[in-house]
Amino acid sequence: MPDLLLELFSEEIPARMQAKAAEDLRRMVTDKLVAEGLVYEGAKAFATPRRLALTVHGIPARQPDLKTERRGPKIGAADAAVQGFLKATGLTSLDEAKIQRDPKGDFYIALIEKPGRDAIDVLAEILPVIIRTFPWPKSMRWGARSGKPGSLSWVRPLHAIIATFGLETEEPDVVKFSVDGIEAGQTTYGHRFMAPSAISVRRFEDYEAKLKAAKVILDPQARKDIIFADAKELTFAQGFELVEDQVLLDEVSGLVEWPVVMMGSFEAEYLAIPDEVIRATIRNNQKCFVVKDPKTGKLTNKFVLTANIEAPDGGKTIVAGNERVIRPRLSDAKFFYETDLKTKLEDRLPKFEQIVFHEKLGTQAARIKRIECLAAEIAPLVGADVAKATRAAHLAKADLLTEVVGEFPEVQGLMGKYYALAQGEDASVAAACEEHYKPQGPADRVPTDPVSVAVALADKLDTLVGFWAIDEKPTGSKDPYALRRAALGVIRLIAENALRLSIMKMAASALAGLSLKPADAQKLPSDLLAFFADRLKVQLREQGARHDLVDAVFALGDQDDLLMIVRRVEALGKFLESEDGKNLLAGIKRASNILGIEEKKDKRTFDGAPDAALYGLGEEKALAKAIGEVKAEASAAVSKEDFAAAMSAMAKLRPPVDAFFEKVRVNDEDAKVRENRLKLLNEIRSATRAVADFSKIQD
Amino acid sequence: MDASLPAHMRPERSFQGFILALQRFWAEQGCVILQPYDMEMGAGTFHPATTLRALGPKPWNAAYVQPSRRPKDGRYGANPNRLQHYYQFQVIMKPSPPNLQELYLKSLAAIGIDSAMHDIRFVEDDWESPTLGAWGLGWECWCDGMEVSQFTYFQQVAGVECAPVAGELTYGLERLAMYVQGVDRVYDLNFNGRDGDAKVTYGDVFLQAEREYSKHNFEIADTAMLFEQFKMAESACRKYLEAGWKDGKREAHLMSLPAYDQCIKASHVFNLLDARGVISVTERQSYILRVRELAKACGEAWIHTEAGGAG
Repeated sequence: MPDLLLELFSEEIPARMQAKAAEDLRRMVTDKLVAEGLVYEGAKAFATPRRLALTVHGIPARQPDLKTERRGPKIGAADAAVQGFLKATGLTSLDEAKIQRDPKGDFYIALIEKPGRDAIDVLAEILPVIIRTFPWPKSMRWGARSGKPGSLSWVRPLHAIIATFGLETEEPDVVKFSVDGIEAGQTTYGHRFMAPSAISVRRFEDYEAKLKAAKVILDPQARKDIIFADAKELTFAQGFELVEDQVLLDEVSGLVEWPVVMMGSFEAEYLAIPDEVIRATIRNNQKCFVVKDPKTGKLTNKFVLTANIEAPDGGKTIVAGNERVIRPRLSDAKFFYETDLKTKLEDRLPKFEQIVFHEKLGTQAARIKRIECLAAEIAPLVGADVAKATRAAHLAKADLLTEVVGEFPEVQGLMGKYYALAQGEDASVAAACEEHYKPQGPADRVPTDPVSVAVALADKLDTLVGFWAIDEKPTGSKDPYALRRAALGVIRLIAENALRLSIMKMAASALAGLSLKPADAQKLPSDLLAFFADRLKVQLREQGARHDLVDAVFALGDQDDLLMIVRRVEALGKFLESEDGKNLLAGIKRASNILGIEEKKDKRTFDGAPDAALYGLGEEKALAKAIGEVKAEASAAVSKEDFAAAMSAMAKLRPPVDAFFEKVRVNDEDAKVRENRLKLLNEIRSATRAVADFSKIQD
Repeated sequence: MDASLPAHMRPERSFQGFILALQRFWAEQGCVILQPYDMEMGAGTFHPATTLRALGPKPWNAAYVQPSRRPKDGRYGANPNRLQHYYQFQVIMKPSPPNLQELYLKSLAAIGIDSAMHDIRFVEDDWESPTLGAWGLGWECWCDGMEVSQFTYFQQVAGVECAPVAGELTYGLERLAMYVQGVDRVYDLNFNGRDGDAKVTYGDVFLQAEREYSKHNFEIADTAMLFEQFKMAESACRKYLEAGWKDGKREAHLMSLPAYDQCIKASHVFNLLDARGVISVTERQSYILRVRELAKACGEAWIHTEAGGAG
């Protein structure tokens, strides 16, 4: 079966868009083919800086013929109906129609055969539509045609299109179409500098080979492999080790059609700059890899660059040029770093009085003060030294005003740590300057040093309470102040460090520190608590755990100790996986359902202790006894925070509950007995509330 | 490169020779070679030959040097490559010709950068000027890892869609010349291509100015006056725009250029105030917005003029 080769040749496509564009092209073309009844065997798409290419093999040469039947008028119908039928079906006379017998009368049936079209004609129809509707994240117009409405938009100017279709053994046909004046053909071009001439191609195999001969490696993975292997080899040969960087590798492979990997160096004096800053400089600005010394694990004064050409001088000029660019960059970075070291972190703080954190929440200076107070309050609760936590909170934001962070925002915090150490701060204080931003995301490490934990919690809580107070809560996909991340950070800090903190109390403290007093200040801590509950649910859902259990625990009320909530949820989850748990849940639900119905019927609740004198059956007595024991046992376990033991106690309810439902009829004729039994059911519910509100658990 | 050039005019020896080589190259491509606009501005794009001429249907090909003022970038002459005043070489071609990339590469060859020997790259860089209400797509052009030019297909300028699209090239002249001359400090550039006593360096011409203007921009510039000047330029721009509509009808405009001068003025005054550090973060945004409103109104007026394609 024939194959399709498609190439869209343009000016340089941004590296970050190439992979998705190739995938979009494959998906759009193959989806369309299938929708047209052309089921193909395989497809693969490729991208280089200057081209998107697609090969689809094993496409049927023709669409299958379509046969449909169409029912016409009854035999003997009016002439107008017959003429209409003939016209609609394309028959010349009724002789060509079949007759279908039917008890209600016989009908004419037309058999319509719609012959399948040649695949090449279908392609000529679908390809221009795909090109015109291609989903580039950003596209543009260009040239003389852009003066008129309806001109083509592409990521950068599109210059040529290859579209061939045919069998391996034959000369393929060009799929005839044009888009905005560009005729599809068989011509492409080689490497921009090393082989710029036109190349005529037939099909994918010779296309890929001819491109390679013209210094273009079509497959991005092949380019990545070359860059990675060459970079490793080059560094290894000199006794060094490449600092691997997948994101950079992806980008660099999208900047070259013919990767040529070379190594350059810079003056060793720049190694006085922290490694992270060297790396940020070389990676962000120059798209080069850095190299480390395997003996020390520290960076060495080398870098690896990927050029797009093989130069006649073996790349000497290119390496020298890159070195000349990197030198002043590092010189700037070194200058920034050394300048920063001359000023103590605390001496930068007055400047924060001029910097607004948020219009309604005051200056950065005010915010730092608040975080200091909050950190001091939290410190004893998390086992941190109060003086150290206060000091760390005092200094933690100061690096925002340093030159290095101004230049490379991604090293914020880290530079704070370096500068704090350089000025002789305590190691925990210095660590907190970096770690108080953590955890940044679900994959980020949670700090464990108590000083870091105190400042991290204070920072996040101040942010959360502050934005809650000015009613800037996240909505839908909008969370400009990353409040969800802050809340999840608090949850993880507490859970992973096993901390005992009252969210309500901490929120109230944070609120007291704010200079503004929101109208609904009373409600704020509990609103915020509900937000934490939501975040906890989302986190559990993402971990594949049952998130409905969070509701069951929160429904108990007065739950604001996140660690206990997490523990309860965990214990409950385990219990419900057991046979006892499942059955007990069913029993409790049954009790709740019956109660619900009867409460509605009687328009009353059945609170209060049942009367032991009214128990007529053994099962009633047994259940009442069990409830009493379980209640005591579970409460004792809960007060010792042993939720597993509380669950085991709950499990003891299962046999009497099962027996009760089997033997006892709740709706007894005697109203008093009925009421008493309903009260007993209510007792089951209240007993289990020692651990969770089971009615909130989904089946 | 033109082999017949005398040594002191060769682009790899002489800063002025370098500029002349570029001018000559683009003149040969049919561009009108303009002289710098006689106002202070932050970039060559502000020149009306780009901002306004990019709008409307009429073809327009021009190239010029534009002194560019970035008050905040001053370093008192102490930094080897940061300047508060430097030269941009600007090329605009409307509609963008299909071979603009090839022309650009040839222009590099004309100033001594051989693309067989150097690693030339087009790296994504979407251009946006919030003050001009303009955006376009294109690249930073790299030579051996150094950004040497900006290449943009204008999509919108002064709030008006470009139809047809113009291609814009901006060369950072000092940086490119440093590369070609092989010097690491801008002030060491050979300006006139001569040797010995006859040699004039970039430092001879501009070092004192860098020191003086850095002091002015960061420490002394009269902020009360500048705030006043901003307001005056803003109101003058609006006044001229209002008065320029022929017969008071919004059909033809007779004074878009003088109005636009006031927009350029406001933009530069804002940059000075910004360098003096007297504009807070929130105010900053509103100043940018005010300049953009002026630029948009000027663009709207321009497309109702003859060169803007009206009538």
